[in-house]
Amino acid sequence: MSAVTNNSPTVDIRYALRRGVFSLNVDLDIPMRGITGIFGESGSGKTTLLRCIAGLETRVTGKLVIGGDVWQDHARNVSRPVHQQEIGYVFQEPRLFRHLSVRRNLEYGQQRATAKHALIAFDQTVELFDLGPLLDRSPTDLSGGEAQRVAIARALLRSPRLLLMDEPLAALDSARKNEILPFLDRLHNELQIPIIYVSHHIEEICRLCDHLLVMERGRVIAEGDLQSVLVRLDLPLLSGEEAGSVICGTISRYDDDYDLTHLAFSGGELLVPGRIGETGDKRRLRIRASDISLCRHRPESTTMLNILPAIIEDIQPSSGPMLLLRLKLGSDRMIARITRRSCDKLALQRGDELLAQIKAVAIRN
Amino acid sequence: MSEIGFFSFPGAGPLWLSVRLATITTMVLILIGTPLAWWLSRTSSRWKSPLEAIVALPIVLPPTVMGFYLLIVLGPYGTIGRWWVDVTGETLTFSFTGLVIASCLYSLPFAVQPLQNAFESLDKRDLEAAWTLGASRIDAFFSVAVPQSARGFLNAIVLAFAHTLGEFGVVLMVGGNIPGETRTISIAIYDQVESLNYGVAHRLSAILLVFAFVVLLFMFVINRRWQRS
Repeated sequence: MSAVTNNSPTVDIRYALRRGVFSLNVDLDIPMRGITGIFGESGSGKTTLLRCIAGLETRVTGKLVIGGDVWQDHARNVSRPVHQQEIGYVFQEPRLFRHLSVRRNLEYGQQRATAKHALIAFDQTVELFDLGPLLDRSPTDLSGGEAQRVAIARALLRSPRLLLMDEPLAALDSARKNEILPFLDRLHNELQIPIIYVSHHIEEICRLCDHLLVMERGRVIAEGDLQSVLVRLDLPLLSGEEAGSVICGTISRYDDDYDLTHLAFSGGELLVPGRIGETGDKRRLRIRASDISLCRHRPESTTMLNILPAIIEDIQPSSGPMLLLRLKLGSDRMIARITRRSCDKLALQRGDELLAQIKAVAIRN
Repeated sequence: MSEIGFFSFPGAGPLWLSVRLATITTMVLILIGTPLAWWLSRTSSRWKSPLEAIVALPIVLPPTVMGFYLLIVLGPYGTIGRWWVDVTGETLTFSFTGLVIASCLYSLPFAVQPLQNAFESLDKRDLEAAWTLGASRIDAFFSVAVPQSARGFLNAIVLAFAHTLGEFGVVLMVGGNIPGETRTISIAIYDQVESLNYGVAHRLSAILLVFAFVVLLFMFVINRRWQRS
């Protein structure tokens, strides 16, 4: 690795746009590697932001700098037409060209790619997304899941330097979603370009993303790496039913007798049902805030598998029945949701050392 | 254009002239009508409605009215006609070129309207997808908009061709009745009837009748097949 390069290792995104009562105003840097999730409710400006980046929105002022290359800077009259921006866009709907076969759809962007080196070869893409049997079919004969796989592959074959994905799973039922998610996991592992993934499903974000932005009414209200944003207690959007944290661990062993996988992380070892990989594999676990309970002393007999020492780092005050706590286990953090009554009864305070009973769920990665 | 060998029956000359006129007119109309229809389908300009009304005029205007105005404008003392005489030394009225210009105006709505309808029903999202895949506006137009509007193009071509083939009033006003230059099939039929040559009139009329039926049948069959797929 060279000591100094001109290329700044981020994608610098700044946009301002007004449309009626809605206004978008963002200024952010996202890393050049990995998947950045944009989470927010509908109407928060997620799609508009993606469209600004792609150049599909007119009457916007802003700046887009990718790894040091200025692609748009409206203040200095720098802008490229949409087709000259090396950006791949996966829309909510597949938007396949119905007058072309699947193969010709895939070739459409590939033939127009301007990059010196293809991001990914045609055959490799076909293999990655399992498109072989679909190549000679018409897009009108594909299922929703198949069509979206083709759409993602088509965007990649355009050899983009930035990939935008706007809720690519939103239009699919959960069975179709589960059919596509493994392909997105592979994308995450095999691609060296920054990906921006918009979703209002926190489960998808937790599974796929490395970084997280939270948007509200056209503003970015939180940004950072996935794990640290998830355990913030001051984000109402992330403190509802869906509140939870993500832990990355390494599989230490698999218990054949009970069909349980042991996964080591900084705070100890978690047991997860099923065989989720081979020893040494890294896996993500999603731990919902409501799946953690706290106790002062180690219970003599309990059905909970995972009981680990934790320190209370923060308590979010609440006047409702439930409240959120942030726990520190080793160098990892989790959030727990307990009743305010229990909190008072146990006189829980910041800095308390106690035991967390945790139910963990593996998310394939 | 005089009678051609394999077409040497009475009235073959006018038939051939009409086919030539309709072919050239259709080609010109597709070239001019496509950008016009595209603009009409995309614009929110306040000129959209007036322009649409002007394009549609030939549908409701009596051909003699259109022909009369064209005769004045294209005539050697009209604005366009005089300029044409200055440039080429020939008059536009009572010439094949003048007939092409008149036919283009007369058949304009039959080319523009089907195209405009086809462009309006295009999914704009497909065009956005094409742009993000590296296609310029022009590229996306030819590689996505045109193939997806194939039905509109077919309708425009068939209607403009058939409508031009059957025109009478405008031709009579602007072109007169010059054999090989402006005597089209419908004029020839009129001529033959006037001179009581019912046999030739019958034959030419039957040709037009069969042609019109075949064209319409073809269009309806194609449209139906497209609708199914």
